[in-house]
Amino acid sequence: MIEYAWLIPLLPLVSFALIVFVTGRNRLLSAGISIAAIAASFVIAAGVGLEFLHNPETVEYGLPWVDVLGLRVEMGVLLDGISVLMLLIVTFIATLIQIYSLGYMHEDPGFSRYYSYMSLFAFSMLGLVVATNFLQLYIFFELVGLASYLLIGFWYEKHSAAEAAKKAFVTTRAGDFGLLLGILILFSLFGTFDFTELADRIAGFDNIPLLTLLTVLIFLGPVGKSAQVPLHVWLPDAMEGPTPVSALIHAATMVAAGVYLVARTYFLFANAPVALTVVAWVGGITALFAATIATAQDDIKRVLAYSTISQLGYMMLALGVGGFTASMFHLTTHAFFKALLFLGAGSVIIGLHHKQNIWEMGGLYKKMPITTVTFLVGSLALAGLFPFAGFWSKDSIFAVALEHGQVALYWLAVAAAFLTAFYTFRLFFVAFMGRPRSDHHAVESPPSMTGVLVILALFAIGVGFIGSPFIKEGFGHFIYFGKPHVEHLHMNIALTSTAVTLAGITLAWLVYSVRVTSFETLSVALKPAYLLLKNKYYIDEIYRWVGERVVEGFGFVLQWFDRTIIDGVVNGTGTLTEAIGRRLRVVHTGDLQTYALVILSGVALLFAILALVDPVKVLKLGGIL
Amino acid sequence: MNGIPLLSIILLAPLVGALVIMALRQDRHIRVVAAVASAVSLVASLYVYANYDSARGGMQFTETVPWIDQLGVAYSLGVDGISLPLVLLTAIVIFAGVFASWTGIRERVKEFHVALLVLVTGVFGVFMARDLFFFLVFYEIAVIPMYILIAVWGSTRKLYGAMKLTIYLLVGSAFLIVGVIAVFLASGTGSFDIATLASVQYDEGFQKFAYLLFLFGFGVLAALWPFHTWSPDGHVAAPTAVSMLHAGVLMKLGAYGLLRVGLWVTPEGAQAWAPLVATLAVIGSVYGAMVAMAQRDMKFVIGYSSVSHMGFVLFGLAGINALSLNGAVTQMFAHGVMTALFFALVGLIYDKAHTRHMPDLGGLARQMPKVAAAFVIAGLASLGLPGLINFVAEFLIFVGSYQVYPVRAVLAVSSIVVTAAYVLRVAKWVFFGPPVEKWAGLTDARGVEMVPIVLLVGTLVFFGFFPSLMTGLIDTGIVSLLEHIGPIQLGGSF
Repeated sequence: MIEYAWLIPLLPLVSFALIVFVTGRNRLLSAGISIAAIAASFVIAAGVGLEFLHNPETVEYGLPWVDVLGLRVEMGVLLDGISVLMLLIVTFIATLIQIYSLGYMHEDPGFSRYYSYMSLFAFSMLGLVVATNFLQLYIFFELVGLASYLLIGFWYEKHSAAEAAKKAFVTTRAGDFGLLLGILILFSLFGTFDFTELADRIAGFDNIPLLTLLTVLIFLGPVGKSAQVPLHVWLPDAMEGPTPVSALIHAATMVAAGVYLVARTYFLFANAPVALTVVAWVGGITALFAATIATAQDDIKRVLAYSTISQLGYMMLALGVGGFTASMFHLTTHAFFKALLFLGAGSVIIGLHHKQNIWEMGGLYKKMPITTVTFLVGSLALAGLFPFAGFWSKDSIFAVALEHGQVALYWLAVAAAFLTAFYTFRLFFVAFMGRPRSDHHAVESPPSMTGVLVILALFAIGVGFIGSPFIKEGFGHFIYFGKPHVEHLHMNIALTSTAVTLAGITLAWLVYSVRVTSFETLSVALKPAYLLLKNKYYIDEIYRWVGERVVEGFGFVLQWFDRTIIDGVVNGTGTLTEAIGRRLRVVHTGDLQTYALVILSGVALLFAILALVDPVKVLKLGGIL
Repeated sequence: MNGIPLLSIILLAPLVGALVIMALRQDRHIRVVAAVASAVSLVASLYVYANYDSARGGMQFTETVPWIDQLGVAYSLGVDGISLPLVLLTAIVIFAGVFASWTGIRERVKEFHVALLVLVTGVFGVFMARDLFFFLVFYEIAVIPMYILIAVWGSTRKLYGAMKLTIYLLVGSAFLIVGVIAVFLASGTGSFDIATLASVQYDEGFQKFAYLLFLFGFGVLAALWPFHTWSPDGHVAAPTAVSMLHAGVLMKLGAYGLLRVGLWVTPEGAQAWAPLVATLAVIGSVYGAMVAMAQRDMKFVIGYSSVSHMGFVLFGLAGINALSLNGAVTQMFAHGVMTALFFALVGLIYDKAHTRHMPDLGGLARQMPKVAAAFVIAGLASLGLPGLINFVAEFLIFVGSYQVYPVRAVLAVSSIVVTAAYVLRVAKWVFFGPPVEKWAGLTDARGVEMVPIVLLVGTLVFFGFFPSLMTGLIDTGIVSLLEHIGPIQLGGSF
């Protein structure tokens, strides 16, 4: 199957083209083509995965894409542990979500367009995963950004959706600016974009400050794409897109592309310890920071969005402290349980006719039992309770942080874990338990949706075991940097994290379910903190001010400069020429006698001058000599 | 196909078309003849493009007819890897332009098409001429009809725009004429053949002087900052097809001249002035993007974005290495197609809505889904999204120029963020958001209106997916150019 791996990204591209050019008018055919393509990609990916399990060797092949003097770039396929893993995750979850979307989107007039964008996304994401070199990676990094832009702005007639799409693109672009610069520096130093060649050449490179600089620049790309502080602001707004999109792109796969990029180029980071520290701290701060905001959000999708940011922070933290395997493991478990949570939220939103405010929900467990149970599974996995998937991956991050002596980061992560449990169950208790908080008539979603929820729930329970210490040659045997990773049982860490998680859940239960104290009293008592969190630390406001006042203001200043100074000179030159002409025009009287007089005077004058300078010549001219 | 003067066919088909049109009365016939004439050029260009022998390189499809022996002037044409993409660009843009004028131009249809086709003949001539005398003649032919086209069929402040453009460009060409005569005399070869002129080793001081003349003359046409203000005003004032040709092709004449004449004939001069050009180019690219952000008229946005993107071209030219020059030529093609698409779309909207003031528009994607989709694609091209040829062009420029001017390259790259911001904002303002009742009656592009859209979008995507079909060809031209001028030392880490 490995020789057919190039088909994995290409099939969705074919389906995209077919929908755009051929089947656009036929809704069901479009959806069918798209689902068939991604399912076929999954089958091939599964075949590749099986072969890889038997024979875990890196395979690489490609075709030249640009080949000019001084530059040769390939489009190719690189299959190793992490790319095979990502191929499996992306194709599997994308298949499920495209099936789920049949029910979710079936009334939408843009149904075909939706599936064409989904195919475009699958193509871009899979092309990114198999990239053999930096340029290919950058190309597909941008293309997933395009798919994200199109899907966030899917309902483009909504002002907020159009604005969110633009914001997402421009914010991640700012990160890609750094990425592009990093790639340029890298190329100027090593003359290649190829990962394998670079990994060889980097080892002997001793200008560590420069390596650190370019690595940090490259890291800016992932900061944007994986919504790390301070470029996280676009992800919560991206929830304007259809919910299956939020599940696939803005939770399970695309936002993890930044994490994947760091993992793919880990040979750079591993040789630049300072850059690695930057990664760890950006991740750690993001994990805690986003978790605090999530505790004060009212929109079910926004809670989950901040949770995603926080969990991506965990993955970055893991990479930063040297936990390559732990990071990829968390990426894997997170993809399943967060997709589950988002699709569960989608089921609720459909069931409630597009209500998203958790304070208008309540009591859903009676009306939507499957959604509730699966959502509970997802919540437990996210909170990281034994034996759900999140427990294993989170513990392995904690363990690696302690192993590498990063005590401060460890406690940061533990604090975030407490908050995670708290906000997750705040959401669960408020939205699903208790009595209905508004006059809603919730109904359970159709089987095409709940079926997907059940499948994902099974994974959210079980997928953690592949990386647990119980399996000898598990996750870390295939996914590692340097040498294979063996997972041990860390009793202390497991107990600490379980205690913290239970504390978080209990607190949420006390406040939002038993209501020992009402949250209203709490929000009044902690008003300044509550307002700060509810308004997301006012970061959006600050950025908007900078964007509108500073950047755009500068544009207006330059516009004034262009119109007034530069054009002033240009028009001034014109006016001056005209004015000179107007003065000179006086001379052109049209009166022959005047002209004759002027000519005569001129000749006389010339003679006079010549006579003074060279009298002999004048006399000769006059025929006298 | 040996013996068939393909380049002359490409060059003269529009001129013949113009002559035939003069004899016609009905508007419809005029349009058809213009379409046929430009189709002939397009098909012949495609044939030449597909049959250029990259392995051999150099000037191909050459034709030579002596004209003024005493001055060594000859009608001699030829294309190489540098000029061929630009010939193709011109053919694509004029073909698209004729169709873009199909419904928009209703007054004095005959005169419009005659002027348009004559202009294009001039442009083709510049890109094909191997003789400097003809080069200049064609250059003037391309500039003069522009005045008429803008002043008669234009819109916003058309007389001012037309006059500003013409005076600017004529002042520029006055410098060129001095430069050309100076080179002709200094060479002592008694020939206007560019290759012959280039084979002479001029002394360094003279090269610096001559290149400065070329730099100003050609630079004005390429919207070199701060001599760029004629260009947005000209774009805005011009009718659709003229804006397309103007931004799409005419501005490339300047950049092409700097490469073909400036760099080829006076390489040491180019080398001496390159750091200055790089600085002005980077200022132009960032400045153009920033000013574009402050615009409210769609055409002004695109006008300033052209200043910004031509800044990239000039930056690539200043890099004088294989990658930066290849990028510069690719960018000329890519920007030409992209900006022609932009103007075609804006023209459609303006013809229907009679305004380009963005705050008044909104939600047009409902009535005009095809126009909206094409506009977004043009926008993505302009912000350098991979999958469209513009990305490859900009990337080559950045990679090439970074090695010579790292700090300036960083500044140039920064403008891609600003570009994303203003382009996507235009798309949002005009096409997205709730539909506006006032525009409920607008109709989408259809029939002939789709011709330019499909052709231009298709070109961007085709070469975007298969860039080596263009960069490989350009490479042959660049390699022989670099061999000719020898090693170049451009200094400094700034």
